[in-house]
Amino acid sequence: MTLVQILFLLFGLVTLLASLMVVTSPKLVHAAFWLILALAGVAALFILLEATFLAVVQVVVYIGAIAILIIFAVMLTRRVMHDTGPQVNRSWWVALLVSLVLFGGLVLMLAQVPALAGTPAPLMVDQETLLEDLGRALVDADRYVLPFELASVLLMASMIGAIFVARPPSGSEERSGER
Amino acid sequence: MPTDFLPIAVLIALATVLAFLVVLIGHLFGPRRPTATKLEPYESGMRPYGPGQRRMPVHFYLVAMLFILFDVEIVFLLPWAVVLRQLRLFALIEMVVFIAVLLVGFVYAWKKGALEWE
Repeated sequence: MTLVQILFLLFGLVTLLASLMVVTSPKLVHAAFWLILALAGVAALFILLEATFLAVVQVVVYIGAIAILIIFAVMLTRRVMHDTGPQVNRSWWVALLVSLVLFGGLVLMLAQVPALAGTPAPLMVDQETLLEDLGRALVDADRYVLPFELASVLLMASMIGAIFVARPPSGSEERSGER
Repeated sequence: MPTDFLPIAVLIALATVLAFLVVLIGHLFGPRRPTATKLEPYESGMRPYGPGQRRMPVHFYLVAMLFILFDVEIVFLLPWAVVLRQLRLFALIEMVVFIAVLLVGFVYAWKKGALEWE
């Protein structure tokens, strides 16, 4: 086994264990912290796959912003931080069955992709070329310009939606004393 | 190359080890003579009041949400900016459209006072 393989197994194991803790932690805040570890593990896997830009995005957007948003959302709720309850309900075995079927189906499907069958070869282009290609693809009319422009609409919609839902107090409405 | 990230891995490992080591050594060798004052959350500091885990104002959520959105915008901007000099005018116009749409949301946030922290 090469060093990269050992590292891959290590990071994969950390990611899997952290993900398991996310769904089994009785406290929501702990689950959020485990989620950060799981996301960091995915970032490490991206680095091993030589997708360094994605790895940085994973850290900046997912760990730096989305995990923080989840923690803020937990802190917004009144009692969730203290709640400890069973993590499964009556139909846990149905969920397990569905997950296993989905997992098996995905593995079977992915095994038929020819590119994934053999040993993956290292990428022959360097990272800057990849990043430049991504930049060109985003504004190329034949490639991803439409999804790119639609992404801005999506971002704007979520921005307006978040503001509308959170609705900051306009003028001198009742200010909550809690802060 | 993944090897470029070796220093980061070493740094993370060192930081983790150091964090545990510091706590462990203090735990092993430090004398423990607790008094009521010493056990306060902020010794010689502010006297805490109210429960520690209270509900946060919704404003934090809003700021985090806006942060995510502009974060994602940067992610789109960066690959484009790397190749900006090799692209045509068309690419510039596309990015202007992209930012203009986002500016609508930004102006909305501004007008609604979402960026103000009283």
